[in-house]
Amino acid sequence: MFFYMQILDIDGLQNEDGSFSGDIWGKVDTRFSYIVICCLSILKCLDKINVKKAVDYIVSCKNLDGGFGCTPGAESHAGQIFCCVGALAITGNLHHVDKDLLGWWLCERQDYESGGLNGRSEKLPDVCYSLWVLSSLIMIDRVHWIEKAKLVKFILDCQDMDNGGISDRPNYAVDIFHTYFGVAGLSLLEYPGAKTIDPAYALPVHVTNRILFTK
Amino acid sequence: MHGRPRNASKPEEEAASAAKAVQLRSLQSQFMTNHHDKIYTNEAIELSTKLLEINPEAYTAWNYRKLAVEDRLARIEPDPNLVSAILDEELRVVESALRQNFKSYGAWHHRKWVLSKGHSSVGNELRLLEKFQKLDSRNFHAWNYRRFVVELTNRSEQDELQYTDDMINNNFSNYSAWHNRSVLLSSLLAQNADGFMPNIKIPEEYDFVHSAIFTEPDDQSGWFYHLWLLDQTLNVETPLLTSSWPSHGSSIILSGAGCLSGSSSMFTTFCSESGSFPLILYFDQAVGGVSSSTVTIDSELKGNEGLVWEPIPNKNSQVSCVWVARLKYVSSDPCEYKVKIRVGNSPGIVSSRGYNFNAPYEFVFTAHVHDTVEDSQEGIVSWTDGFDIWDAKSKDLNSLVTLDRLNAEMDFKWRQEAIDSEVECFGILPDSKIGKLTLARLLMAREAMVSDDAVKGVHYEEILQLYNDLMALDSSHYQYYKDEHSKAFLHKVTSSSESLSRHLLRYRDMNNLVCLRLNNLSLSRIASVEKLLFVQMLDLSHNELHSTEGLEAMQLLSCLNLSHNRIRSFSALDSLRHVKQLKVLDVSHNHIGKHSVDTTRYLCSSLLSNSELGQDDVGKQNPGLVTKYWDAYCVLRDLNLKQLDIAGNEIAGEEFSSFVLQVVPKLVWLDGQKKLGN
Repeated sequence: MFFYMQILDIDGLQNEDGSFSGDIWGKVDTRFSYIVICCLSILKCLDKINVKKAVDYIVSCKNLDGGFGCTPGAESHAGQIFCCVGALAITGNLHHVDKDLLGWWLCERQDYESGGLNGRSEKLPDVCYSLWVLSSLIMIDRVHWIEKAKLVKFILDCQDMDNGGISDRPNYAVDIFHTYFGVAGLSLLEYPGAKTIDPAYALPVHVTNRILFTK
Repeated sequence: MHGRPRNASKPEEEAASAAKAVQLRSLQSQFMTNHHDKIYTNEAIELSTKLLEINPEAYTAWNYRKLAVEDRLARIEPDPNLVSAILDEELRVVESALRQNFKSYGAWHHRKWVLSKGHSSVGNELRLLEKFQKLDSRNFHAWNYRRFVVELTNRSEQDELQYTDDMINNNFSNYSAWHNRSVLLSSLLAQNADGFMPNIKIPEEYDFVHSAIFTEPDDQSGWFYHLWLLDQTLNVETPLLTSSWPSHGSSIILSGAGCLSGSSSMFTTFCSESGSFPLILYFDQAVGGVSSSTVTIDSELKGNEGLVWEPIPNKNSQVSCVWVARLKYVSSDPCEYKVKIRVGNSPGIVSSRGYNFNAPYEFVFTAHVHDTVEDSQEGIVSWTDGFDIWDAKSKDLNSLVTLDRLNAEMDFKWRQEAIDSEVECFGILPDSKIGKLTLARLLMAREAMVSDDAVKGVHYEEILQLYNDLMALDSSHYQYYKDEHSKAFLHKVTSSSESLSRHLLRYRDMNNLVCLRLNNLSLSRIASVEKLLFVQMLDLSHNELHSTEGLEAMQLLSCLNLSHNRIRSFSALDSLRHVKQLKVLDVSHNHIGKHSVDTTRYLCSSLLSNSELGQDDVGKQNPGLVTKYWDAYCVLRDLNLKQLDIAGNEIAGEEFSSFVLQVVPKLVWLDGQKKLGN
C-alpha cells in the first residue's frame, strides 16, 4: 500500500492556494482536502503535502454562519462541514473554528417533530446527517446541544423491520450507505452494543488509537 | 439512494429493472473499451452521450468527453466556427444531463471546463442559471456555478447584490440567497465601496431582514442573517486589549515558595519556586505578533531583556487571545519595583483577520519583592476550612474596571443606536422561541457595549429570565440555553466589584491566596475569565461543567476544585496543561471513564504531538497503560501537582492510582492520603 501511495502524485494534486483537485481535470472541493488529510494521516505521511496551506484553504471556506462550504464563498452544508472540521481536527487546527457559532448552526439541524437531522435549513431530515452533523458536533464538543434520545429514535424509525437495513428517512428504501451512517450515528450516540467509533475517521477507536499512538 | 419509497417490487418491475441493467452494463463496457483504447470517433462520442443521458453521474464519461474534445480540437483548423460547434455540443449535452439531474457534480464541472475554454456568453449562462434556480432556488451547484460565472466575467458585486434582493423578495425562505448576500456585503463593506459604509448599510439591512423575520418567523434563513448583522454591529475589527494581569495601578507581592510572615489581605501574593511571575495580556480576539519589540517593559527588575511571549494555548499557530511572558525576580533581594508595560509600542500586533492593533496602551503596576521566612509546608489544602472573608478595602479588583474602549473606536454611536432599535423591536414579540433568544442576545450585546460603570449589569436579570423561559419552552435546545445562562450569570457576577466580592475569600494557610467560590451554581460553562486573571484558588465544585475550556488564561491558579461536575475524560482538562502554577486539583466524583465517546479528543492539542507519547521512562515501562490512559498521561505529566483527588470516577482504582503515581512522582496527597516516600 505504501509503495502505491508513492506512485500517486499527491502533492501534484495540491494547488497553489492549498486546495486539492480531485483529478487532473482540476475540480476543487474541500471534500478532497479531507480525503487527502484523512488518508495521509493514517499512512503517517502528512509531510507529503503542505499542511499549513491546506489548512489555510479550508479556513478560507469558512462562512459567516460558522459553517464551511465546498469552495470559498459556497453555502454551508453539513457534509462539507464534516470534511472541513474533520480535516482541521486531524491536523490539530480546531482553534480556527468558532465552536459556539457553528455549534448553534449544527444543533438547529435537528427537526423538532421527528428528531432527525437535516443538512441545511429548510431541508428534510436524513439519516446520513446523523454522521455528518453528529460527528462535527462531537469534534467541537457541542453535541450536548442536540436532543440525543430523539435522534436515536429517528434512526431506529428508519429501519426496515421486515427486510433489515436502514433508509434515509422512515418508510423509504434502504441502502448500504444509510445503513452504515445509521449504525455509525447510533455508535456516536452511545447506543448499547454499538462499538465506539472515532468522529474524525468514522473508524473504531481501538483502530485509530493503534494507528495514532504507535510510531 | 435518496428519496425512494420503500415498496416491495413486483415480478414485472424486477424483470424490467433487470433488463435495463443488462442494457446499461453493455453500454458501459463498450464505453470503457473506447475510453481505454482512446477511440474518439463520432460513433464513440455518441455512445458516451447515450450513457450520460441514462446516467449523468457517470464521471468517467465526462472525463472521456474532455479527452475527446481536446483530441478533436488538436485535429481541426483553428476556425472559431469549428471550435464553437464542438464546444456547443458539449454545452448541449450538459444541459440535457442537468435536466435529468440538476445536482450532478460531473455535469456542472464539465460545463465549467468548457467555459474556461473561453466559450459561451454571460447572458447564456445566466439564462441557464435562471432556469435551474427557478426549479430549485437552494441548488448549491447552481449558486456555485453562478459565482464562477460572475468571477469569470467580472460582473459587479453590486449587480449580484441586486440579484439577491430579487431572489429574497420573491421568497424569504432562501438561505442560499441570504448567504450570498452576506458574502457580497462583507466584501463591499471591507472595501469601503461607494455607498457601503457600515453605519448606514447595517441599519438598512436590519430593516430589510425584518420583513423576512416578521412575515415568516418559522423560517431559519432570516434569523441566521440577523445573527450575522448583530456580529457586524458588535464586533470591532481592530483588536483591543481587554484585560491584563497585573492590572494598571495594582500592587503585587512576589516571593519564593514558602511562607511569608503576616501576608497581606490587601494585595495578591504570588509565590514561585522558579523566581518568575506571569505577565498576562488578554485581547478581545486572536492576535499574532506579540513580542519583546511590540510590547516593551520598563522596570528595574533585572534579567528581563528579550522576554519571550507565548500564545496560550496555541503554540503552533502563533495567534491567540491570551499571551504570557514570565518576568524574573530575585526573592532574596527584597525591594519595591515599578513596572511599566507598553502594549503596541511598535506595529506588529495583528489580528488573525489582518487588522492592526493601532492604539498603544500603557499600564503601570508595583511589585514588592519579599523574602520567605519558613520553608513551605506540605499540609493538605482544604476547600472548607482556613478561609477569611474578603477585605472590602482590597485593591485587587482594579482589574474589573473596563479598559476604556471608547477612545479606540470610531462609529461607536451607530452601533449602540442599532442595538437599541433592535431591542425595541423584539421587546414586543409574543412567545416565540427564536424571538426570545434574539432578545437575550441583543441584551447581552447591549451589556457588552456599556462603558458607564453605574449602569453596568442592569440587563442581566432580564437575560437570565429569558434563558430560564427558553429552557422551559424549548426542551430540544435545553443545554444550549443552559450554557448561555451560565455565561450570562458569570458576566453578571463579574460586572461589578460589589457582586464579585460576594464570592471572594482569602485562604489563610497559603499566604492569603485569593479564592473565588463559584460552587453549587448549576454552571455548565465557564466565562468572563478575562476578569478573573487575579484568582489563585477556584472552587467550581458541584456544578455541571464538562470541560475546563477557557481556564488556560488563569495563569495564577494554584488550586482548582472541580469535584461533582460532569467531566468525562482527562482530555476535557487539557487546557489545565497550560496552568503551570497548578498544585492542587480535585476532579473527584465526575464521569471520567464512564463514557465511550470522547468529545474533547480533538480539542486536546496533545493528541497530535503523539509521536512523543511513551518516549519517556513511564512510557517505556508501561506502553499499554500509556495508550489506555493517554489523555491522563498527557495532562498530568505537564503539571507539578502536589495534591490530586480522583475518587468517585469510573476510571479510579488501583491500576489507575499506581499509574498516576508513576506519572506524577512528586505527588504528596492522592485522594486525601499522604504518599509514602515523599
